[in-house]
Amino acid sequence: MLSTVTSAVIAAPAAAEPSPLAPHTAEIIVGLVAFTLLFLFLRAKVFPMFEKAYADRTAAIEGGIKRAEEAQAEANAALEQYRAQLAEARAEAARIRDEAREQGKAIIDDLTAEARETAARIIARGEEQLTAERQLVVTQLRSEIGRLAVELSERIVGESLADEERQRRVVDRFLDELEQSQSSGTAR
Amino acid sequence: MLLAAGSARLAQGDGFVSPGTRDFEFPGIFSAQSWFTKPVLIVIVATFVVGALYYLAARRASVVPSKGQFVGESVYGFVRNDIALDAIGSHDGMRFVPYLATLFSFIAILNISGIIPLVQFPATARISFPLVLAAIAWVTYLYLGIKKHGFVKYFKDMMFPAGIPWPVYILLAPIEFFSTVIVRPLTLTLRLTFNMFAGHLVLLLFVLGGEYLLKDYGGVVGIAAGSVSILGSIVLTFFEGFVQLLQAYVFTLLTALYIGGALADEH
Repeated sequence: MLSTVTSAVIAAPAAAEPSPLAPHTAEIIVGLVAFTLLFLFLRAKVFPMFEKAYADRTAAIEGGIKRAEEAQAEANAALEQYRAQLAEARAEAARIRDEAREQGKAIIDDLTAEARETAARIIARGEEQLTAERQLVVTQLRSEIGRLAVELSERIVGESLADEERQRRVVDRFLDELEQSQSSGTAR
Repeated sequence: MLLAAGSARLAQGDGFVSPGTRDFEFPGIFSAQSWFTKPVLIVIVATFVVGALYYLAARRASVVPSKGQFVGESVYGFVRNDIALDAIGSHDGMRFVPYLATLFSFIAILNISGIIPLVQFPATARISFPLVLAAIAWVTYLYLGIKKHGFVKYFKDMMFPAGIPWPVYILLAPIEFFSTVIVRPLTLTLRLTFNMFAGHLVLLLFVLGGEYLLKDYGGVVGIAAGSVSILGSIVLTFFEGFVQLLQAYVFTLLTALYIGGALADEH
Protein backbone atom coordinates (compact mmCIF):
# COMPACT_ATOMS: atom_id res chain seq x y z
CA MET A 1 0.00 0.00 0.00
CA LEU A 2 1.08 3.57 0.51
CA SER A 3 3.63 2.66 3.16
CA THR A 4 5.21 0.08 0.91
CA VAL A 5 5.49 2.70 -1.77
CA THR A 6 7.29 5.17 0.48
CA SER A 7 9.44 2.49 2.08
CA ALA A 8 10.47 1.55 -1.38
CA VAL A 9 11.42 5.18 -1.91
CA ILE A 10 13.47 5.21 1.28
CA ALA A 11 15.08 1.93 0.36
CA ALA A 12 16.32 3.52 -2.81
CA PRO A 13 17.85 6.87 -1.78
CA ALA A 14 18.95 7.62 -5.27
CA ALA A 15 15.30 7.75 -6.39
CA ALA A 16 13.20 10.92 -6.50
CA GLU A 17 12.51 12.90 -3.28
CA PRO A 18 9.75 11.30 -1.18
CA SER A 19 6.45 13.15 -1.35
CA PRO A 20 5.30 14.73 1.93
CA LEU A 21 1.74 14.40 0.66
CA ALA A 22 1.76 10.62 0.74
CA PRO A 23 0.05 9.24 3.86
CA HIS A 24 1.25 6.04 5.50
CA THR A 25 -1.24 3.35 6.34
CA ALA A 26 0.57 2.45 9.58
CA GLU A 27 0.66 6.06 10.69
CA ILE A 28 -3.03 6.50 9.93
CA ILE A 29 -3.88 3.47 12.04
CA VAL A 30 -1.61 4.55 14.89
CA GLY A 31 -2.95 8.10 14.79
CA LEU A 32 -6.56 6.93 14.76
CA VAL A 33 -6.07 4.44 17.57
CA ALA A 34 -4.02 6.86 19.68
CA PHE A 35 -6.50 9.68 19.29
CA THR A 36 -9.49 7.44 19.98
CA LEU A 37 -7.94 5.92 23.08
CA LEU A 38 -6.85 9.30 24.38
CA PHE A 39 -10.33 10.68 23.75
CA LEU A 40 -12.06 7.79 25.50
CA PHE A 41 -9.66 7.95 28.44
CA LEU A 42 -9.90 11.71 28.92
CA ARG A 43 -13.66 11.69 28.51
CA ALA A 44 -14.06 8.95 31.09
CA LYS A 45 -11.43 9.78 33.68
CA VAL A 46 -10.30 13.38 33.39
CA PHE A 47 -12.81 15.84 32.03
CA PRO A 48 -15.65 14.80 34.36
CA MET A 49 -13.32 15.56 37.28
CA PHE A 50 -12.68 19.04 35.90
CA GLU A 51 -16.38 19.60 35.35
CA LYS A 52 -17.05 18.43 38.88
CA ALA A 53 -14.43 20.82 40.20
CA TYR A 54 -16.03 23.65 38.23
CA ALA A 55 -19.47 22.75 39.52
CA ASP A 56 -18.21 22.46 43.10
CA ARG A 57 -16.46 25.79 42.79
CA THR A 58 -19.55 27.45 41.38
CA ALA A 59 -21.63 25.92 44.14
CA ALA A 60 -19.13 27.03 46.76
CA ILE A 61 -19.09 30.58 45.44
CA GLU A 62 -22.85 30.71 45.08
CA GLY A 63 -23.25 29.18 48.52
CA GLY A 64 -20.89 31.77 49.94
CA ILE A 65 -22.78 34.57 48.27
CA LYS A 66 -26.07 33.15 49.48
CA ARG A 67 -24.76 32.85 53.02
CA ALA A 68 -23.46 36.39 52.87
CA GLU A 69 -26.80 37.61 51.61
CA GLU A 70 -28.59 35.78 54.37
CA ALA A 71 -26.27 37.26 56.97
CA GLN A 72 -26.81 40.69 55.45
CA ALA A 73 -30.57 40.26 55.56
CA GLU A 74 -30.37 39.07 59.14
CA ALA A 75 -28.23 42.04 60.12
CA ASN A 76 -30.64 44.39 58.36
CA ALA A 77 -33.58 42.85 60.18
CA ALA A 78 -31.78 43.16 63.51
CA LEU A 79 -30.90 46.77 62.76
CA GLU A 80 -34.49 47.49 61.81
CA GLN A 81 -35.74 45.87 64.98
CA TYR A 82 -33.21 47.76 67.03
CA ARG A 83 -34.22 51.03 65.41
CA ALA A 84 -37.89 50.29 66.01
CA GLN A 85 -37.20 49.49 69.64
CA LEU A 86 -35.12 52.61 70.00
CA ALA A 87 -37.87 54.75 68.49
CA GLU A 88 -40.42 53.08 70.74
CA ALA A 89 -38.25 53.68 73.79
CA ARG A 90 -37.76 57.30 72.78
CA ALA A 91 -41.49 57.79 72.34
CA GLU A 92 -42.17 56.18 75.69
CA ALA A 93 -39.57 58.30 77.41
CA ALA A 94 -41.06 61.41 75.89
CA ARG A 95 -44.52 60.35 76.97
CA ILE A 96 -43.32 59.64 80.51
CA ARG A 97 -41.58 63.00 80.62
CA ASP A 98 -44.71 64.78 79.45
CA GLU A 99 -46.81 62.94 81.97
CA ALA A 100 -44.37 63.73 84.75
CA ARG A 101 -44.38 67.37 83.73
CA GLU A 102 -48.15 67.45 83.74
CA GLN A 103 -48.31 65.69 87.07
CA GLY A 104 -45.77 68.02 88.57
CA LYS A 105 -47.67 70.98 87.30
CA ALA A 106 -50.90 69.60 88.73
CA ILE A 107 -49.23 68.93 92.06
CA ILE A 108 -47.80 72.43 92.19
CA ASP A 109 -51.16 73.92 91.26
CA ASP A 110 -52.90 71.87 93.92
CA LEU A 111 -50.35 72.76 96.55
CA THR A 112 -50.49 76.42 95.61
CA ALA A 113 -54.26 76.47 95.80
CA GLU A 114 -54.23 74.63 99.11
CA ALA A 115 -51.61 76.94 100.51
CA ARG A 116 -53.57 79.98 99.39
CA GLU A 117 -56.69 78.56 100.97
CA THR A 118 -54.89 77.75 104.20
CA ALA A 119 -53.33 81.16 104.29
CA ALA A 120 -56.70 82.78 103.71
CA ARG A 121 -58.25 80.65 106.42
CA ILE A 122 -55.48 81.44 108.88
CA ILE A 123 -55.77 85.12 108.11
CA ALA A 124 -59.54 85.02 108.52
CA ARG A 125 -59.31 83.21 111.84
CA GLY A 126 -56.67 85.61 113.09
CA GLU A 127 -58.79 88.52 112.19
CA GLU A 128 -61.78 87.01 113.92
CA GLN A 129 -59.68 86.28 116.97
CA LEU A 130 -58.31 89.76 116.94
CA THR A 131 -61.77 91.25 116.69
CA ALA A 132 -63.04 89.07 119.51
CA GLU A 133 -60.09 89.82 121.73
CA ARG A 134 -60.33 93.48 120.94
CA GLN A 135 -63.98 93.36 121.87
CA LEU A 136 -63.12 91.55 125.05
CA VAL A 137 -60.41 93.99 125.90
CA VAL A 138 -62.64 96.92 125.10
CA THR A 139 -65.41 95.51 127.29
CA GLN A 140 -63.05 94.71 130.14
CA LEU A 141 -61.33 98.04 129.83
CA ARG A 142 -64.65 99.81 129.76
CA SER A 143 -65.77 98.22 133.02
CA GLU A 144 -62.31 98.53 134.57
CA ILE A 145 -61.94 102.14 133.54
CA GLY A 146 -65.43 102.88 134.82
CA ARG A 147 -64.65 101.28 138.19
CA LEU A 148 -61.32 102.95 138.41
CA ALA A 149 -62.81 106.29 137.44
CA VAL A 150 -65.61 105.91 140.01
CA GLU A 151 -63.14 104.88 142.65
CA LEU A 152 -60.98 107.73 141.75
CA SER A 153 -63.89 110.20 141.78
CA GLU A 154 -65.14 108.80 145.13
CA ARG A 155 -61.76 109.29 146.46
CA ILE A 156 -61.61 112.72 145.08
CA VAL A 157 -65.07 113.91 145.90
CA GLY A 158 -65.47 111.58 148.86
CA GLU A 159 -68.82 110.71 147.82
CA SER A 160 -70.09 107.31 146.93
CA LEU A 161 -72.20 107.11 144.01
CA ALA A 162 -74.36 104.38 145.23
CA ASP A 163 -76.67 104.10 142.44
CA GLU A 164 -74.95 101.80 140.11
CA GLU A 165 -77.30 102.59 137.31
CA ARG A 166 -76.46 106.21 137.44
CA GLN A 167 -72.79 105.47 137.79
CA ARG A 168 -72.75 103.43 134.61
CA ARG A 169 -74.68 106.05 132.67
CA VAL A 170 -72.29 108.70 133.79
CA VAL A 171 -69.30 106.62 132.95
CA ASP A 172 -70.71 105.69 129.59
CA ARG A 173 -71.45 109.27 128.73
CA PHE A 174 -68.00 110.20 129.83
CA LEU A 175 -66.43 107.50 127.69
CA ASP A 176 -68.55 108.32 124.68
CA GLU A 177 -67.50 111.93 125.00
CA LEU A 178 -63.97 110.76 125.35
CA GLU A 179 -64.29 108.57 122.28
CA GLN A 180 -65.90 111.34 120.34
CA SER A 181 -63.21 113.76 121.19
CA GLN A 182 -60.60 111.13 120.37
CA SER A 183 -62.13 110.24 116.99
CA SER A 184 -62.63 113.90 116.11
CA GLY A 185 -59.07 114.45 117.22
CA THR A 186 -57.88 111.62 114.99
CA ALA A 187 -60.08 112.89 112.17
CA ARG A 188 -58.57 116.31 112.60
CA MET B 1 17.86 9.98 14.28
CA LEU B 2 18.14 13.57 13.34
CA LEU B 3 21.88 13.42 13.90
CA ALA B 4 22.05 10.19 11.99
CA ALA B 5 20.30 11.79 9.07
CA GLY B 6 22.66 14.78 9.28
CA SER B 7 25.82 12.74 9.30
CA ALA B 8 24.46 10.63 6.50
CA ARG B 9 24.06 13.82 4.53
CA LEU B 10 27.58 15.02 5.30
CA ALA B 11 28.93 11.63 4.39
CA GLN B 12 27.67 12.21 0.89
CA GLY B 13 30.50 14.69 0.54
CA ASP B 14 30.70 17.57 -1.89
CA GLY B 15 29.43 20.56 0.09
CA PHE B 16 26.21 21.34 1.96
CA VAL B 17 23.09 19.49 0.99
CA SER B 18 20.11 21.55 2.08
CA PRO B 19 17.45 19.72 4.13
CA GLY B 20 14.43 18.53 2.20
CA THR B 21 11.58 16.09 2.22
CA ARG B 22 14.05 13.31 2.90
CA ASP B 23 14.36 14.59 6.44
CA PHE B 24 10.72 13.79 7.03
CA GLU B 25 11.10 10.15 6.14
CA PHE B 26 12.37 7.84 8.85
CA PRO B 27 13.44 4.25 8.69
CA GLY B 28 11.89 1.82 11.14
CA ILE B 29 13.54 1.83 14.53
CA PHE B 30 14.10 -1.91 14.86
CA SER B 31 14.31 -2.79 11.22
CA ALA B 32 14.45 -0.41 8.30
CA GLN B 33 11.22 -1.65 6.74
CA SER B 34 9.18 -1.70 9.95
CA TRP B 35 6.14 0.53 10.40
CA PHE B 36 7.51 1.49 13.83
CA THR B 37 9.25 4.75 12.94
CA LYS B 38 10.18 7.80 14.94
CA PRO B 39 6.93 9.70 14.24
CA VAL B 40 4.90 6.65 15.26
CA LEU B 41 6.91 6.39 18.48
CA ILE B 42 6.38 10.10 19.12
CA VAL B 43 2.62 9.76 18.69
CA ILE B 44 2.42 6.77 21.02
CA VAL B 45 4.58 8.35 23.72
CA ALA B 46 2.86 11.74 23.39
CA THR B 47 -0.53 10.10 23.77
CA PHE B 48 0.55 8.45 26.99
CA VAL B 49 2.15 11.67 28.24
CA VAL B 50 -0.98 13.72 27.58
CA GLY B 51 -3.16 11.10 29.21
CA ALA B 52 -0.88 10.82 32.22
CA LEU B 53 -0.48 14.56 32.71
CA TYR B 54 -4.21 15.11 32.52
CA TYR B 55 -4.83 12.20 34.82
CA LEU B 56 -2.39 13.54 37.41
CA ALA B 57 -3.97 16.97 37.13
CA ALA B 58 -7.50 15.65 37.55
CA ARG B 59 -6.88 12.80 39.98
CA ARG B 60 -7.48 14.89 43.08
CA ALA B 61 -9.46 17.67 41.48
CA SER B 62 -10.86 19.89 44.19
CA VAL B 63 -12.45 23.27 44.64
CA VAL B 64 -9.12 24.85 45.47
CA PRO B 65 -6.89 23.58 42.64
CA SER B 66 -3.35 22.35 43.02
CA LYS B 67 -0.76 23.71 40.62
CA GLY B 68 -1.11 20.75 38.26
CA GLN B 69 -4.86 20.84 38.43
CA PHE B 70 -4.80 24.55 37.65
CA VAL B 71 -2.73 24.02 34.50
CA GLY B 72 -4.89 21.12 33.34
CA GLU B 73 -8.05 23.02 34.09
CA SER B 74 -6.75 26.06 32.28
CA VAL B 75 -6.16 24.14 29.05
CA TYR B 76 -9.46 22.32 29.36
CA GLY B 77 -11.29 25.51 30.35
CA PHE B 78 -9.76 27.38 27.42
CA VAL B 79 -11.07 24.84 24.91
CA ARG B 80 -14.36 24.56 26.76
CA ASN B 81 -15.18 28.25 27.09
CA ASP B 82 -13.26 29.99 24.32
CA ILE B 83 -13.62 27.39 21.59
CA ALA B 84 -16.49 24.96 22.19
CA LEU B 85 -19.04 27.21 23.86
CA ASP B 86 -18.13 30.22 21.74
CA ALA B 87 -18.17 28.50 18.36
CA ILE B 88 -20.96 25.97 18.88
CA GLY B 89 -23.08 27.76 21.44
CA SER B 90 -23.78 27.12 25.09
CA HIS B 91 -26.67 24.80 24.27
CA ASP B 92 -24.90 22.16 22.13
CA GLY B 93 -21.33 23.12 22.91
CA MET B 94 -20.88 21.09 26.09
CA ARG B 95 -21.41 17.80 24.21
CA PHE B 96 -18.31 18.40 22.11
CA VAL B 97 -15.98 19.71 24.80
CA PRO B 98 -14.32 16.32 25.44
CA TYR B 99 -13.70 15.79 21.72
CA LEU B 100 -12.38 19.31 21.14
CA ALA B 101 -10.25 19.35 24.29
CA THR B 102 -8.69 16.01 23.31
CA LEU B 103 -8.17 17.29 19.79
CA PHE B 104 -6.46 20.46 20.96
CA SER B 105 -4.22 18.69 23.45
CA PHE B 106 -3.32 15.94 20.97
CA ILE B 107 -2.41 18.34 18.18
CA ALA B 108 -0.62 20.71 20.54
CA ILE B 109 1.67 18.04 21.95
CA LEU B 110 2.39 16.52 18.54
CA ASN B 111 3.27 20.01 17.27
CA ILE B 112 5.33 20.89 20.33
CA SER B 113 7.27 17.66 19.94
CA GLY B 114 9.03 19.58 17.16
CA ILE B 115 10.87 21.77 19.69
CA ILE B 116 11.18 19.39 22.63
CA PRO B 117 14.90 18.65 23.01
CA LEU B 118 15.92 15.18 21.81
CA VAL B 119 12.50 14.55 20.28
CA GLN B 120 12.65 17.45 17.86
CA PHE B 121 10.29 16.29 15.23
CA PRO B 122 6.70 17.54 14.90
CA ALA B 123 4.74 14.35 14.29
CA THR B 124 1.99 16.44 12.70
CA ALA B 125 4.39 17.24 9.86
CA ARG B 126 3.62 13.70 8.73
CA ILE B 127 0.45 14.17 6.72
CA SER B 128 -1.14 10.95 8.00
CA PHE B 129 -1.85 12.33 11.47
CA PRO B 130 -3.54 15.61 10.46
CA LEU B 131 -5.39 13.60 7.83
CA VAL B 132 -6.82 11.29 10.48
CA LEU B 133 -7.90 14.20 12.64
CA ALA B 134 -9.41 16.06 9.69
CA ALA B 135 -11.24 12.92 8.64
CA ILE B 136 -12.69 12.54 12.13
CA ALA B 137 -13.82 16.17 12.04
CA TRP B 138 -15.26 15.70 8.53
CA VAL B 139 -17.24 12.62 9.50
CA THR B 140 -18.39 14.30 12.70
CA TYR B 141 -19.81 17.46 11.21
CA LEU B 142 -21.37 15.77 8.18
CA TYR B 143 -22.94 13.14 10.42
CA LEU B 144 -24.26 15.76 12.84
CA GLY B 145 -25.66 17.90 10.03
CA ILE B 146 -27.40 15.01 8.31
CA LYS B 147 -28.68 13.62 11.59
CA LYS B 148 -30.09 16.95 12.70
CA HIS B 149 -31.59 18.21 9.44
CA GLY B 150 -31.98 15.05 7.33
CA PHE B 151 -29.88 14.27 4.29
CA VAL B 152 -31.82 16.31 1.74
CA LYS B 153 -32.49 19.33 3.89
CA TYR B 154 -28.90 19.48 5.12
CA PHE B 155 -27.48 19.66 1.60
CA LYS B 156 -30.30 21.89 0.42
CA ASP B 157 -29.66 24.38 3.25
CA MET B 158 -25.94 24.17 2.57
CA MET B 159 -26.13 24.70 -1.20
CA PHE B 160 -29.21 26.91 -1.46
CA PRO B 161 -29.22 29.29 1.50
CA ALA B 162 -32.41 31.32 1.72
CA GLY B 163 -32.69 34.98 0.84
CA ILE B 164 -30.50 34.99 -2.26
CA PRO B 165 -31.72 35.72 -5.85
CA TRP B 166 -31.94 32.43 -7.75
CA PRO B 167 -29.35 33.12 -10.50
CA VAL B 168 -26.69 33.32 -7.81
CA TYR B 169 -27.39 29.70 -6.94
CA ILE B 170 -25.83 28.61 -10.22
CA LEU B 171 -22.49 29.75 -8.90
CA LEU B 172 -23.12 29.41 -5.19
CA ALA B 173 -24.46 25.87 -4.98
CA PRO B 174 -21.39 24.09 -6.41
CA ILE B 175 -19.04 26.36 -4.50
CA GLU B 176 -20.79 25.72 -1.21
CA PHE B 177 -20.86 21.97 -1.79
CA PHE B 178 -17.26 21.89 -2.87
CA SER B 179 -16.12 24.04 0.02
CA THR B 180 -18.02 22.18 2.73
CA VAL B 181 -17.56 18.60 1.61
CA ILE B 182 -14.18 18.61 -0.11
CA VAL B 183 -12.17 21.71 0.68
CA ARG B 184 -12.68 21.81 4.44
CA PRO B 185 -10.98 18.50 5.32
CA LEU B 186 -8.22 19.15 2.81
CA THR B 187 -7.45 22.63 4.14
CA LEU B 188 -7.53 21.34 7.71
CA THR B 189 -5.03 18.65 6.80
CA LEU B 190 -2.74 20.72 4.62
CA ARG B 191 -2.70 23.80 6.83
CA LEU B 192 -1.54 21.86 9.85
CA THR B 193 0.83 19.54 8.01
CA PHE B 194 2.68 22.19 6.09
CA ASN B 195 2.85 24.73 8.90
CA MET B 196 4.68 22.06 10.85
CA PHE B 197 6.56 20.83 7.80
CA ALA B 198 7.81 24.27 6.83
CA GLY B 199 8.63 25.25 10.38
CA HIS B 200 10.68 22.11 10.87
CA LEU B 201 12.38 22.59 7.55
CA VAL B 202 13.42 26.13 8.41
CA LEU B 203 14.72 25.03 11.82
CA LEU B 204 16.67 22.22 10.15
CA LEU B 205 18.11 24.66 7.65
CA PHE B 206 19.31 27.01 10.39
CA VAL B 207 20.72 24.28 12.60
CA LEU B 208 22.29 22.06 9.95
CA GLY B 209 23.46 25.05 7.95
CA GLY B 210 25.01 26.57 11.07
CA GLU B 211 26.64 23.27 11.92
CA TYR B 212 28.04 22.96 8.40
CA LEU B 213 29.33 26.53 8.40
CA LEU B 214 31.04 26.14 11.77
CA LYS B 215 32.53 22.69 11.27
CA ASP B 216 33.17 22.21 7.55
CA TYR B 217 33.19 25.63 5.94
CA GLY B 218 35.27 27.18 8.68
CA GLY B 219 37.23 30.39 8.52
CA VAL B 220 36.06 33.78 9.80
CA VAL B 221 33.13 33.88 7.45
CA GLY B 222 32.03 30.36 8.32
CA ILE B 223 32.24 30.92 12.08
CA ALA B 224 30.48 34.32 11.94
CA ALA B 225 27.70 33.16 9.64
CA GLY B 226 27.40 29.86 11.49
CA SER B 227 27.03 31.62 14.85
CA VAL B 228 24.33 33.91 13.46
CA SER B 229 22.61 30.88 12.04
CA ILE B 230 22.66 28.96 15.33
CA LEU B 231 21.48 32.01 17.29
CA GLY B 232 18.77 32.52 14.70
CA SER B 233 17.67 28.94 15.21
CA ILE B 234 17.11 29.64 18.91
CA VAL B 235 14.89 32.63 18.13
CA LEU B 236 13.09 30.55 15.51
CA THR B 237 12.51 27.80 18.04
CA PHE B 238 10.48 30.18 20.19
CA PHE B 239 8.62 31.38 17.14
CA GLU B 240 7.94 27.76 16.20
CA GLY B 241 6.53 27.11 19.65
CA PHE B 242 4.09 29.96 19.11
CA VAL B 243 3.11 28.71 15.65
CA GLN B 244 2.65 25.18 16.97
CA LEU B 245 0.20 26.28 19.66
CA LEU B 246 -1.52 28.62 17.23
CA GLN B 247 -2.03 25.84 14.68
CA ALA B 248 -3.45 23.55 17.34
CA TYR B 249 -5.86 26.34 18.24
CA VAL B 250 -6.77 27.01 14.59
CA PHE B 251 -7.45 23.34 13.84
CA THR B 252 -9.61 22.98 16.94
CA LEU B 253 -11.46 26.24 16.39
CA LEU B 254 -12.24 25.41 12.76
CA THR B 255 -13.49 21.97 13.75
CA ALA B 256 -15.72 23.59 16.35
CA LEU B 257 -16.99 26.11 13.81
CA TYR B 258 -17.80 23.34 11.32
CA ILE B 259 -19.70 21.44 14.00
CA GLY B 260 -21.48 24.64 15.02
CA GLY B 261 -22.39 25.31 11.39
CA ALA B 262 -23.76 21.80 10.92
CA LEU B 263 -25.93 22.15 14.02
CA ALA B 264 -27.12 25.69 13.26
CA ASP B 265 -30.77 26.04 12.33
CA GLU B 266 -30.06 28.21 9.33
CA HIS B 267 -27.00 28.22 7.17
